This record gives sequence, C-alpha cells and structure tokens, in this order.
Amino acid sequence: MEFVKAFVVGGLICVVGQLLVDLTKLTSARILVLFVLIGCLLGGLGVYDKLVEYAGAGASVPLPGFGSALAKGVKKAVDEQGLIGVLTGGLTAMAGGVTAAMAFGYLAALMFNPKAK
Amino acid sequence: MGEQTIKFADPPSITAAASVVGPKEGEGPLARYFDVVSSDDLFGTDSWEKAESEIVRQTVELAVEKANLEMKDIQYMLAGDLLNQLTGSTFGLRGSKRPYFGLFGACSTIGMALTLGAVLVDGGYADHVIASASSHFCCAEKTFRFPLELGTQRTPTASWTVTGDGAAVISRSGDGPRITAATTGRIVDMGIKDANHMGAAMAPAAADVVTQHFRDLRIEPGYYDIIATGDLGVYGRKLFLRLMKDSGYNLDRLHTDCGIEIFYTEGQDVHAGGSGCGCSASVFAGYFYTKLKEKEINRLLFIPTGALHSVVIMQQGESIPAIAHAVAIENI
Amino acid sequence: MDQTVYSKKKYGEMVKEISPQSHILANCLRAFSVGGTICVLGQLLTVLFVRGGLSIDDARLLTSVTLIFVTVLLTGLGWYDKIGEHAGAGSFVPITGFANSIAAPAVEFKKEGLVLGVGAKMFVIAGPVIVYGTMASVLVGLVYYFLK
Repeated sequence: MEFVKAFVVGGLICVVGQLLVDLTKLTSARILVLFVLIGCLLGGLGVYDKLVEYAGAGASVPLPGFGSALAKGVKKAVDEQGLIGVLTGGLTAMAGGVTAAMAFGYLAALMFNPKAK
Repeated sequence: MGEQTIKFADPPSITAAASVVGPKEGEGPLARYFDVVSSDDLFGTDSWEKAESEIVRQTVELAVEKANLEMKDIQYMLAGDLLNQLTGSTFGLRGSKRPYFGLFGACSTIGMALTLGAVLVDGGYADHVIASASSHFCCAEKTFRFPLELGTQRTPTASWTVTGDGAAVISRSGDGPRITAATTGRIVDMGIKDANHMGAAMAPAAADVVTQHFRDLRIEPGYYDIIATGDLGVYGRKLFLRLMKDSGYNLDRLHTDCGIEIFYTEGQDVHAGGSGCGCSASVFAGYFYTKLKEKEINRLLFIPTGALHSVVIMQQGESIPAIAHAVAIENI
Repeated sequence: MDQTVYSKKKYGEMVKEISPQSHILANCLRAFSVGGTICVLGQLLTVLFVRGGLSIDDARLLTSVTLIFVTVLLTGLGWYDKIGEHAGAGSFVPITGFANSIAAPAVEFKKEGLVLGVGAKMFVIAGPVIVYGTMASVLVGLVYYFLK
C-alpha cells in the first residue's frame, strides 16, 4: 500500500510540474525554484509533513520535499539555538543532499566527457 | 535597383561550393549531396567549439581545392558562425594567412557573405572571394539553451541546429551559376519572445525581403524555379506562406525551406526542422549548388533567415528581431 | 510583407493559431508514471534502510544520496537526458532532477577548466534553487522564532 501511495502522490506532484511546463512556458529551472519555495512554505506551516507521513518518498523525493526539509531544519535549529538557528537551519538541512550532488557531480566531470545527442 | 536591391552589372560566378556536415545530417535525406559526412561529432578535436573550427577549415580548404585554386588566390574570406565573437570561423581560418572579414548575421550569415562577396567581385576589388557559414549543434545548445546532459523536453516548435559548414568560391569569371541580384533585408521584429519558436520570429523578415525583392526587380515569383528560405522550419514555413499570400504572392508550389529539407522531420526527432548558420549554408553548397550545376534548377532565390538575439538580451525580456537576405542565383 | 499591414498583436494571434500545442495529456501521463516510479524506488530504498536499522530521517537522507548517485552516473553516461526528453517533469521534479542539473553543466563545461568551468557552472541551474530555498528557510525561521 505504501508503494501505491508513493507512486500516486509522487506522480501527481510531477504532473503539476508538467502542466506548468506545457501551459505556462516556465523553464525547468524556474519550476524547480517555485517548487522548493512552495515546499518550504507548506513545511513551515506543518502541512507538508503530514503529506510525507502519508505518502513517504512520494512526498519527500520530489523537490517540494526538499523545501519542506529546509523548513523543518530551520524550525529545529531555532528550537535549539534561538535566533542563530534562523541562519544555520536551512543550509544544514540541505547539506547532505547538496554535498552529495556536488561531490558526485565533480567526480562525473572528471570521469566523463560531454556526449552529442 | 528599387529600394533594397542590387542587380549585378557583370554577375559573379560561383565556381565551386563545398559542404562538411556531422553524423546526424549524414542520416538525413540530403546525405549524398554533402562532400564530407563525419562520423564523429568532435571532428577529431577535444571540444565542440574546436570541432566547429575544424569544420570551417576543412570546408573552406575543400571549396578552394574544388575551384582549382590555392588559398593564396583568395583575396577575401567572408565567414561567420553562431559562437561568441565568431571563434568558429576565426579559429578555423587563423592558419590561412588570407584577408578575412568575420560576419555576424545569425543564421542568415551565408546570405550576407554571398551578397558582400558578389559586391567585392563585381565592384572589381577582387577576383576570388570565399563565403562560409557554420554551426554546431552541441555548441549552440551549450551557448543558447542548456547543457546537453540536462534532461529537458524540447517543445514541438523547437528546431535542431545543424552541425556543418557550407562554403562557396565567388569569382569574376567561370562557368558556374551566377549571383545576379541581391536584396538586403531589414531588421523586422514582430514581438515574438519564444526562443523555441524561431520560425515564427523569422517568417516576417523573410516575407518582408522577398516581397521587396519582387517589387524592386519588378518580377513575379514564377520567374524562379525554386524559392528557398534558410531555416524557418515546418511552422515558420506556414507563417511565411500565409504572409506572402496576404501580400498577393502565392508561393505554395515554389517554396521550400533548407531546415525542412535537411532532416526527415518525422523520423529524426528534430521537431520543426533544422536551423543554424550551417543549415542554409550546407544545403545551398551541397544540394542546391549541385542542382544548379546539373541544370535541374536554373533560377534559385535563396533567402537565409536569421534571429538576431542573444541569451542576455532575452533574459532582459526583449523580443526577437530577425533578418533575411535574398540572393538570386541563376544559370546564364 | 509590409510591416505596417500587420500589428504585432495580430501576428501573435496568427502564430498561435498555426503553432501546434504540446501533447499535454500524453506528457502528463509520462510525467506521472516516471515521477511515480522514481518515488516508489525512493520508498523502497527508505524501507530497506529502516530495516537495516537506520532512523527514518537518516534513511530519507541516504535515500536521497542514493538517488543522486544513480542520477549523476546516468547523467555522465549520457542517458539521463534521454529519460528527460521522454518524461519531462517526471524526471526533473524529483530530487534526481536537482542532481542532474548539477552534474550536467559540470560535465558539459569541463573543457573550460576545473575552476571556472566545472566549479562555477555546476550551479547555473541548481544555484537559484539553493539561493531561494535558503532565503525561504530564513523567512520561515524568522516567523517561527517570533511566533513561538
């Protein structure tokens, strides 16, 4: 059941993205920014966490999940460190994913050459 | 003659033409007309930009050789491409030691080069001039759109930049087809902002210059055997024909577009068709020049089309201005 | 064509009339199935990591890292862009799209050097995501601090 939920919710979030591509001519870069902002906002309100509880990776793997993780991280940091947490929470929460993407991306650049289509 | 047209007093001859293209173009319907079809997108170099320069070098040297000339006989080289500061042409020709003008007219560059080459020759300032224009799919994607490895969808109106170069040797005498007239286009901007719909941005410029060409020379479209635009693609062609019809000219049967000719639009997943400086240039130098030589076509009106925008100015919200130049090439 | 005959507005309408629409339904179906599949893969990994004894938060992080690794590998091999052409938002909305947006320019611009090529261009697309994500988190943090 949890896999069905993940499939449907994750798929639907992607469909929203696809509709934005086809109907508004927004580029993928803008849509990614938009999704992270929305995720962060919903995360701040505590709404997105409920969706993650319901759909698991279906909600946490799409980019809004990344945004909501930032909100969650900043709230936790504020709880622990007060005002300083406002500055450290967001980047700390994304550290794992961003560092992984950077490190793997760098290695890929060393190992692979650009390919023609 | 008229407002924007030159009719050459002693029409210069195109004594030779050469074309070099990449692997995808080699799978297209015009493959057998190109002189060289490379199986390697990198043309033996280690970057797309250097590959484009290599294409330029090979094409220009081949055209000179086919004209039974040597590089030292060429008095001017007129060349252009889509890379920043024209490095494709400049780096490709830096070993040639001949006088050089780098031209930028976006994808209309070969029209500009043929016009100016004919002016230099007919004006008596040169005996032999070479005109070249090139583009490379991978360079264009990298410069104008996204890195090749990025997973993005192309919209149905998007076009596919041709990897290739076409070059022509223009001489005072010789038995090749002759450049009889040239109409220089104006900058036309109809407010199109979609960089994935170049055909729509360029169709009005093409219609503008073709209409002017007929008016200035007081001729009808039927004077020509074929009227070929550069890279309007499938949708740009429709718009162009509609605009011409509204000006009182029906070109449905005479018109074709190099961008549509060079690929199988169905089977090669190129959406609207081919584009880029190398598109019109290689189709002219490969296909049309051969047909002119074989006298299957005797009167060609060739109209390379270009979109004069840049990434920076598009990000500032500007619309896309376009230009097209009409060049009449005839067997006389 | 006389430029005076057509207004930009009228031409714009003509362009719209003649241009094909994207196949929205087909695109959405593909985005749904590919995006859903990536999420199922994520769920599977999370379940496995939790079974292996990780906390749910650590399992989620490791899931992201695994998906990112696979994406970067596919990007380097030149396969991810083919998936992207087919799946559209289905492959760029999941975290895999973020990883692809970092790896693709890193590979593409390596000829421009390891510092100004790979190092700088890595963030042409992901940079804005990180900037706006961080800004939004600061806002959320501030509001949370004062409302708490």
